[in-house]
Amino acid sequence: MAYVAVKGGERAIDNAHAWLAEARRGDTAVPELTTAQIAAQLGRAVDRVMAEGSLYDPALAALALKQAQGDVIEAAFLLRAYRTTLPRFGYAAPLDTAAMLVRRRVSAIYKDMPGGQILGPTYDYTHRLLDFALEAGFSPPSAPEMPADGAEIPPVNAILAQEGLVEGDATTDAEPGDLTRTPLAFPAGRDVRLQTLARGDEGFLLALGYSTQRGWGGSHPFVGEIRVGEAAVAITPPELGFEIDIGDVAVTECQMVNQFKGSKTAPPQFTRGYGLVFGHAERKAMAMALVDRAMRAEELGEEVTAPAQNIEFVLYHADNIEATGFVEHLKLPHYVDFQSELETVRRMRAEAVAVKEAAE
Amino acid sequence: MPIPDPDPNIAARQRWMAVLARAAATQIEALLEAVPPLPDCVVLRGPEAGLVMLRGRAGGAGTRFNMGEMTVTRCTVRSTGGQVGHAYVSGRDGRQAELAARLDAALQDPARHDAIQAAVIAPLAEAQAAARAETTRKAAATRVQFFTMATMRS
Repeated sequence: MAYVAVKGGERAIDNAHAWLAEARRGDTAVPELTTAQIAAQLGRAVDRVMAEGSLYDPALAALALKQAQGDVIEAAFLLRAYRTTLPRFGYAAPLDTAAMLVRRRVSAIYKDMPGGQILGPTYDYTHRLLDFALEAGFSPPSAPEMPADGAEIPPVNAILAQEGLVEGDATTDAEPGDLTRTPLAFPAGRDVRLQTLARGDEGFLLALGYSTQRGWGGSHPFVGEIRVGEAAVAITPPELGFEIDIGDVAVTECQMVNQFKGSKTAPPQFTRGYGLVFGHAERKAMAMALVDRAMRAEELGEEVTAPAQNIEFVLYHADNIEATGFVEHLKLPHYVDFQSELETVRRMRAEAVAVKEAAE
Repeated sequence: MPIPDPDPNIAARQRWMAVLARAAATQIEALLEAVPPLPDCVVLRGPEAGLVMLRGRAGGAGTRFNMGEMTVTRCTVRSTGGQVGHAYVSGRDGRQAELAARLDAALQDPARHDAIQAAVIAPLAEAQAAARAETTRKAAATRVQFFTMATMRS
């Protein structure tokens, strides 16, 4: 019995996919969703698919969500697959988040600061009561407007830095590592760690960030700043030789400020963790910043004891496309593997019985 | 805005390219009705879709890292006047990229520049600035106005 059926599945698969298409469409008495509706009205889901699919294109993310029946990881998988069909034209200049068009900007460490606390379109302070007006269909009035003073909204970091009580940003001219070109290797620099986190699973990072707050590698975090808005994307095409804007990208940035006792080389000061994510995604950006800081434990001379501080553990398990691939592959045919396991167990049992009989 | 080039001609070109990159094809087409037809063009490349890797800086100002990619469409044309027009626009709209490249070529032609600048680029720039200003005003309306309760200790 060395053979397993390798044919006969095609019709079943075709029919299963036909049923999937029918199930995806749902009750035909209900109007079909358009991808424009998904992009416009399910923006947070679209943002999450773009972040975890590591591809910024709201229209494609909306299509992926429709195709995946709203399954966010499946939709992110579709974007990851799609990106492999496109050539890469180049690399953009680092986003200037200090100059972004700000929709929201809050700090938990300073009440009054240049630019102020701007709440933006937030779910904070909502009562989390289901709003049945939305079920009935609801056209909200335009949001109120007030004159803007046009003043700059400088990063909160800059304020802390003036006192010299916070670590600065180290810079190098080194070309940053790129996971899409070079597989993860260790030791992993902060560049590769941040790329992994930016496209990592929100749930995984949220749980790890939460674990640091509950004592598994705590670093006493404060939200220095969260800012949400649109940053300009600029590239320098070689045929032009000068920088041009190619559009804007919606991003959420989180600066987490953490206590640090100091070490042999560094005085007591505040250290920082950083989060930068596509779309309006402050839960993810905050979790990213917590985990980024936790993974800096060794660098800062702290004891590495907790999962969130274990760089290999975090980076190897943050990607939900890889995780879903490895977990879900278990449901694919393992007939031959299992057959050999069966034979082994039967033989071991037979041997055990034979030994027992011989002893009697 | 991109880092302005010291050459004023290039700086002007950066400005119109930034405006066209943020304009929908339908918006551009509607405004083109008010100007003489664009010169015929040979398409040298595209329009073709591809990717640009976006980058951030650790901590906001530190070491660069690759954040994730963005879809981008590019197109290059040469007009009958000899000007070569380029476009790189975010997203996958080939029509927008081609229009932007043709306009980039036409705007480099001194005989056409002023009319197109006035009838196409200026209104697009104005609409984009108005949309940004509206966002800023809505943000301003959500800015917390702290007030301090007077304490009555003697």
